[in-house]
Formats: sequence, structure tokens, C-alpha cells
Amino acid sequence: MGKQVAMTGNIAVANAMRQINPDVCAAYPITPSTEVMQQFASFVADGKVDTELVTVESEHSAMSAGIGAAAAGGRVMTATSANGLALMWEMLYIASGNRLPIAMMVINRALSAPINIHGDHSDEMGARDAGWIQMYSENGQEAYDNIIQAILIGESEGVLLPAMVGMDGFIISHSIENLELLEDKQVRDFLGEFKPKHPLLNINKPITMGPLDLQDYYSEHKRQQAQAMQKAKAAILKVAKDYKAVSGREYGFFEPYKLEDADIGILTLGSSAGTTRFVVDLMREKGIKVGMIKLRVFRPFPIEELQQALSHLKALAVMDRSDSFGAAGGPVFSEVRSALYDLPARPKTVNYIYGLGGRDLGISPIERVVKDLQEIHQTEKIKELVTHLTVRE
Amino acid sequence: MATMEDFHGVKEVWCPGCGNFSILTSLKKALVELQIPPEKLLLVSGIGQASKLPHSLQCNFFNGLHGRALPAAMAAKVVNSELTVIVTHGDGDCYGEGGNHFIHTIRRNVDITCIVHDNKVYGLTKGQASPTSDMGFKTKVQTHGVILNPLNPIALAISLDCSFVARGYAADTDYLTELIKKAMTHKGFSLVDILQPCPSFNKVNTYQWYQERVYHLEEDREFNPNDQIKALQKAGEWGQRIPVGVFYRNDRPTFEEQIPALRDGPLWKQDIRKNLVQEVIKEFY
Repeated sequence: MGKQVAMTGNIAVANAMRQINPDVCAAYPITPSTEVMQQFASFVADGKVDTELVTVESEHSAMSAGIGAAAAGGRVMTATSANGLALMWEMLYIASGNRLPIAMMVINRALSAPINIHGDHSDEMGARDAGWIQMYSENGQEAYDNIIQAILIGESEGVLLPAMVGMDGFIISHSIENLELLEDKQVRDFLGEFKPKHPLLNINKPITMGPLDLQDYYSEHKRQQAQAMQKAKAAILKVAKDYKAVSGREYGFFEPYKLEDADIGILTLGSSAGTTRFVVDLMREKGIKVGMIKLRVFRPFPIEELQQALSHLKALAVMDRSDSFGAAGGPVFSEVRSALYDLPARPKTVNYIYGLGGRDLGISPIERVVKDLQEIHQTEKIKELVTHLTVRE
Repeated sequence: MATMEDFHGVKEVWCPGCGNFSILTSLKKALVELQIPPEKLLLVSGIGQASKLPHSLQCNFFNGLHGRALPAAMAAKVVNSELTVIVTHGDGDCYGEGGNHFIHTIRRNVDITCIVHDNKVYGLTKGQASPTSDMGFKTKVQTHGVILNPLNPIALAISLDCSFVARGYAADTDYLTELIKKAMTHKGFSLVDILQPCPSFNKVNTYQWYQERVYHLEEDREFNPNDQIKALQKAGEWGQRIPVGVFYRNDRPTFEEQIPALRDGPLWKQDIRKNLVQEVIKEFY
């Protein structure tokens, strides 16, 4: 069995990395993710891992070094935030296009400008089309569990995709909570050794990676990437099942809460799920049939599963901690609403953009969302499709 | 008359003893002595402790991204050459993530001043090695000491034939003020790399460490800042004795002088000459 410890989200993730013992980590400091690599560097210095830690001059270089190491056949990890992830953008596509299962912790932070160091999802959501598996975490425990699972999901047969795991900056990364770490041996046995299929260092079978690929085969390779992302769904569930056997903790694409008999529901991801769960309980005491669904996996997007889970609702609020300016709402909303489109009877769905730049989502804004949903349920009319919550008028 | 008070911005938020305080004072003094009023001044910065300087200096200010201050500053100067444009950022910002911009801004030779608060460490992210950290410098990440050769910004700039290359020392404020004034009045791209102690995260290159080593280039009577080879030799001096002062200067033409469109003054002042544009358009319709 694992042991109970009190630590911040960042330290929990650094400990996951220690237990994973990756071959190569390349990183550049950026708030609020700096602490992950700093703690990990002490593990390297103390000889607790065999990792080659490469400190570079930019995040673009960090991902580039990671790509080189992964192409050579190594198990590779890094961590970043906000503009660090944005600077990696070009290289994110190189990693996924070359099918290199790098695992990255993204300590979610608002993108500049204006400069803001606090938590929102604009960084990771901005990379949602980069061909990376994407997961979000409610707390430090989930961040720890998700990053360990991300290694195996990405390396799975037929998948071979990089994966990023999000954790809300400061709200989770710098808050101390009780969580359970697995034993080092449990993690190492769970992950096993990475045996890359086509490493560049295999001198008996020389290969080329990333060359010119024009009208002749580019489309086929992109379709293979799309298919790999679909295959990742089975891998995510299989890895979750195996992880439950080790940890006792259960994971899926999402986690429903008091949703079965609910009339109205709130879909959210990340740290706000904790507050939302609390409000659901408050409302339930008043007899309001509201439930919550916490999305864990955003890429691949679990369309059919969400259809099943949400079809009975009359009204649904989708919470977005980032905006997609000029779009039909936030990125989560666009995808969820699109997923519901083919249902013969679907909930009326509205969107709330909240918590940008780390602004706190307290209880009362979520109570307001519930009130709006009740009204939509009763009148069957939507007054406002997209609402900016927690913002001055 | 612009006074020190005219430039007074929000309260500084650096650690006690930070070299940034005296850099801020020297810069303000230089502005007052050159009588550059706040409205004619544009400060451009990136991300880092040094890049927070403009918060505490009342003037026009563009806060860009980490490593990306120079391109924004160049563009602003080209569009409005009447502005005094000063970039203020750190060693990580200018020589690390912005290293490529540093090289090509020197080549372009736009008439701006680039002030680098060189504390040889990342201050904002709490003490990782920077591109100018000396070999063997230990941090919480570089636990066994830096194994890379430090970047020598003075030598790099001189070898690129940078129009004006100087090094100052944060604690030598009067001398630093004069250096900043020389840089600002020089026509062309001017670099002022400032040796800046960081009491929180750099326990090696301290005030005492610099105090024992720093000397003014003027003490060497043979030295001539117009001689590129001699300047390069001086740039290599580090360790027991560290020179500060103007290493190198030349009068090569600025970017602005070579662009025909800028010969009639700043872009914003020029007549767009709509009639001419319309005549060109007419040819196609």
C-alpha cells in the first residue's frame, strides 16, 4: 500500500517523476512550474534517479531536446506553464507527428498579454489541436496519478503519442494537501521498461524521422495520427483499470457526481470540480436535482461516452477556464455541445467562462449557475448562451 | 525641466540589497541630466526581475514577452525616431531566450539603448543558472555546478561590430550614470551590460567580490575604444581584474539612415500621399 503524505501539487508531481525515473528531462524555468523541475533536480543530484537532466535556454529548446531523446528511444518528461508551452508550440507538433510518447506536466497558467502568472486553462487549451493526449487534474492526487498513467497511455501499442497532464497553477500546484504516494517499486513495476519500437539508436535498423512528406503520403500519416488518438481511448481505460489494481483509485474519461437522477448538470474540469461538488451537495439538501460531471480526458474527446452520460439531462452548464475569442463559446463548450448534437433529445446547453487569470470561483457564482439552469429547465429557454462569470460588469 | 520626481513610478518590489535599485537610480539620473522628459521616453522590457524596472519609472512603457523586448523596441524606434527608446532586461532575458534577437539587433543597428542587468542568475524564478553564470556556479537545479562556458556579451557584441559596447557596475552609480548617458547619446545600437549583485540567489558574484576586482577602463591609458581587436582582448579579461567602461564604439550607419522611407522623418509624421496611392490603384481598375 502507498503512504499518506502532505505535499503541494508540484512536489507530488516531482515525486511521480522520481518514481517514473525517466531517461531524459529537459526543462526551462517558468512560474508556477519551476518548482517541479527544481525538486526533481535535487532527486537527480541525490542519485535517486538515473535521469539525464538537461537545462536549456528556452522552452522551445526543452521540447526539442526531449524530441531528440525520445526519438533515440528514451522515456522523456518535462514540465512547463503558459508562455513556456506557447513557445513549445512548434515542437509539440513535431513530437506528435513523429509519434514520440513524451509525457509533460503543464502547470496551467494564463497566457500573456497582459502578464498573469495564475491558473487558467488558456495554455493547454491553446495546444488542444497539437496531437497530444490531454488530461486535467482536480487536485494534487489526480495530477500524481495522471502523470504516471500518461507514460503508459502514450507508450501503448498503436498509440505512440505524447501526453500532457494539466494541473491548475497555484490553486493546486502550490497548495498542500493530503495525498497518497505509491511505493517506488509499485510505480516501477507498473510502468515496466520502455521498449521503443523504432529508436534512432538501433544501428541494425537505421531509420529516418521527420523528412519531407508532401502530397504523396502526408494525408495518410495525419490519418494515422487521428486513428492513434482514437486507439488511445481504449488505452486510457486499460491503463486506468491496471492502475486501480495498484492504487485502488478509479479513473475514466470523466467522473460523474450525483448525475444519474439529476435534471440539471454542470460539466467542469480541473480544480473547480471541488467547489462545484460542494455546491451540488448544498443544492441537493434543498431538493434541487443537480449533478456534476468532471471531465478528465479532453484529448481524445470522449464523444459517445459523454452522450450517454448527459442525454437524460434537461439543462447543462459547461464551465470553461479559458476563452476561444470569436468562437461559439469556450473550447470545452464547443466540443460538448457538438457531441450532444446527434442525440434525439438533448439538454439545453449553456457556457460559462470563469476564473481567468486565477480569479477565484467561489460558491456563489456556481449557485448562480444552478439558478440559471433551473430557469432554463422550467422555461425551456436560453437567455444567454455564453456568460462571462466572475467578471466585473 | 524634468526632475527625478517626474519619473517616480510605483514602489520597487526587489529584495533588499538588489543591484536593480542603483541601476534604476542611475537611469533616472541620466534621464534628468540629459533632460529627456517622460513623454519622450519609451521603456521596453521583457520578463524577469530586471524587466520590472519600468514599473518604477514613470514614462511610456511596453512590457513584452520573455526574450522578446528588442524586436518591439526596434519597431517603435523605426516608426517614431523622435522617441528615446531604452530596453531594460536581464541576462536570462537578453542573452538566453532572446539571444537570437540580441545578435540580429546588433546587426541591424537601430538607434536604441539596451541595458542588461547582468546578475548571472535567474532571479524571478528563484535562482537557476543563466547564460552568464560562471562555470562551477551551483544552484538548486545545477546542483553540481554549471558545466557550460559562460556567454561573454561584451566579446560577442564587439565581434559583431556593435556600434557601442559598455559595461557598468551597479554599485558604481555615478560612473554608471555617465555610461548610460554616453550610450543614450550615441547614434546607433548601444549595449550597457551591468554587473549586478543578487544578494538572494548569487552568493558568488557579491558586492565584495566585484569591489575587489572592478576597475575603470580609463585607468589603462593605452586603451582606445575605437580599436576592435584591443577591445576584444579587454573583453576577455575576467577573474582577478574586471574592466568596466566603454569597450568599443564605431560610427557605422544606423538602420534608420539606410531606409529610404525614413529619410523624410518619422513614419507617423509623413504624409501618406493618398493621391499617389489612388493613381497606382487606378492602373488596375
